[in-house]
Amino acid sequence: MDPHRKRNQALSLAAIAVVAAVLYFADSGASDYQIRILNNCAIFAALAVSYNLINGVTGQFSLGPNAFLAIGAYTSALLTMSPLEKELSFIIDPVIWPLNEIQTPFYVSLLAAGSVSALFGLLMGFPVFRVRGDYLAIVTLGFGEVVRVVANNTQSVTNGPLGLKGIEAHTDLWWTSGFALATVFFVGRLVRSSYGMALKAIRYDETAAEAIGINTFWHKMLAFIVSAFFAGIGGGLLAHLITTISPSLFTFFLTFNLLIIIVLGGLGSTTGAVLAALLVTWGGEALRFVEEPMQIGPLDIPGIPGMRMVIFSLLLVLMMIFARQGIMGTREFSWNAVFSGIRRLQRGPGKAK
Amino acid sequence: MDFSFLAQQVINGISLGGLYGLIAVGYTLVYGILRLINFAHGDIMMIGCYFAFYGIFMFSLPWWASFLLAVILTAAAGILIDIGAYRPVRNAPRISALITAIGVSFLLENLGLVLFSGRPKAFYRPEFLSEIREIAGVRILDLNIWSFVLTLVLLGVILFIIHDTRTGRAMRCIAYDMETTKLMGVDVNRIIALTFAIGSAAAAAGGIMWAMRYPQINPLMGIIPGLKAFVAAVLGGIGNVTGAMLGGLLLGIIEILLVALRPDMAGYRDAIAFAILILILLFRPTGLMGQKLPD
Repeated sequence: MDPHRKRNQALSLAAIAVVAAVLYFADSGASDYQIRILNNCAIFAALAVSYNLINGVTGQFSLGPNAFLAIGAYTSALLTMSPLEKELSFIIDPVIWPLNEIQTPFYVSLLAAGSVSALFGLLMGFPVFRVRGDYLAIVTLGFGEVVRVVANNTQSVTNGPLGLKGIEAHTDLWWTSGFALATVFFVGRLVRSSYGMALKAIRYDETAAEAIGINTFWHKMLAFIVSAFFAGIGGGLLAHLITTISPSLFTFFLTFNLLIIIVLGGLGSTTGAVLAALLVTWGGEALRFVEEPMQIGPLDIPGIPGMRMVIFSLLLVLMMIFARQGIMGTREFSWNAVFSGIRRLQRGPGKAK
Repeated sequence: MDFSFLAQQVINGISLGGLYGLIAVGYTLVYGILRLINFAHGDIMMIGCYFAFYGIFMFSLPWWASFLLAVILTAAAGILIDIGAYRPVRNAPRISALITAIGVSFLLENLGLVLFSGRPKAFYRPEFLSEIREIAGVRILDLNIWSFVLTLVLLGVILFIIHDTRTGRAMRCIAYDMETTKLMGVDVNRIIALTFAIGSAAAAAGGIMWAMRYPQINPLMGIIPGLKAFVAAVLGGIGNVTGAMLGGLLLGIIEILLVALRPDMAGYRDAIAFAILILILLFRPTGLMGQKLPD
């Protein structure tokens, strides 16, 4: 038993309280733009944590979270839109029953988004986990594409390429930060449970894990479904944040963003994923200046749109070559580590051990 | 449905599938040797098209000189990518190499957007290739006939290199056992770089023919053919060059036939490749001509 457990819990609660206070003041005082960034930070932190569960912790390199985001976003949006609104936006084909009649509260739609997404995760899992390694990556990538193509073509369910417009902006700071907290809490507990041990065992050596009696198929499936559940809710929140969704929003590009986050944070580290999500989301905004026209001395540089993505992809390649562990490796943030770090600093570098 | 309609669709499918096949050869060569899915392969093809484009419009080269130069430059680009990005992660876990490949792919696409702008550019097609001839009721564009002939010639050259040269023997040895090959005194890095060069050159050739077909290019043009060529490579048995070509032809024919027979399903065209991929991996993971994979 950890002798500092009480202290650590108190510190964690204090940290949450500080964040809540900051959010409270941001909610009333910050500009729309700042609130938007905070919302994105929270949603992407949660998405990264759930994506990291399957990719980092379990070591199954899925490239399909965009599929779950799409499913979640469409499910919740179709549930919160009023029947009249749906009738007005589905101009090519009318929306099918029962979607044309029901309307649910926001929280019900989010739960439905998570559940439908998890169900798809279950169905996808059967073919996906028959293969390993890079084949698994390609198959999940394929599912991501298939979901997007289907969304483009099932006019009477998704409204096709026109997408859904006029989704009510239910998502606010409390929803996103609450969701992020719940995801970190739940996934964190799962990783530290005996299930989590089994998942890590699968990451290190799948054959050995099987040999010591772990049912690798169902454990991988568990991680996949949990990951899909949270990704689905995240998609729902995203839909009610940006209020307009279309299939082109859920391309591989979205997966690429999440991939950069979890690689930067360290594949397998939940706290690393949160940290990197904040860094990448904030960094993406901070780097906007590289796409604007600049004046360096006598040089007039016109704006170069797309430069940020060049920087991010270069970052990913360089990280793979020079810093494969990312920020946290597979370690987790802990108060004990912070305190021992402080003690080490106090003792001075010479005696550090 | 009459015979000439069906024949027409099969011919269309073959001319599309030949290009998938030629691009798939590069995937299969690299995967066979390194067990690396070179995600950037489709984007290397795009780079080749832009080399050819600028050769004609900026340096006013004759089209054949520009195309030839583009193929050579793309081969060089393939070597550079191998040395710069893939060689440093060669001994890292395979997933790291895969992430690197995804990174390189996005880097090329976005560099393309920044350098060439996202606006599609019209691609040059020589006059004499634009004629349409009719053979037994089947209409074929001259370009497609020549493309297919050239594809077969290139396939023959690549097969010759692999099976009848010392370099090719070294490639096959590395695919079998890299460590032992190193011990036999083979410069493994040089051979791998050469493999990238051959694969990239084939991609550039395929890409230029692809660009002449449509005839326009844009920085994201490599994504879809790249993914489909990968499916073709898996379909044919990854690591097997002839298999990649057959897989490409089969994929092309299936795609075209589905669209021709069920026009209402045309929107699902890009999903077919993945459906095939998933089915192949489930029921015959070694593909049509592949041997059993280690792992």
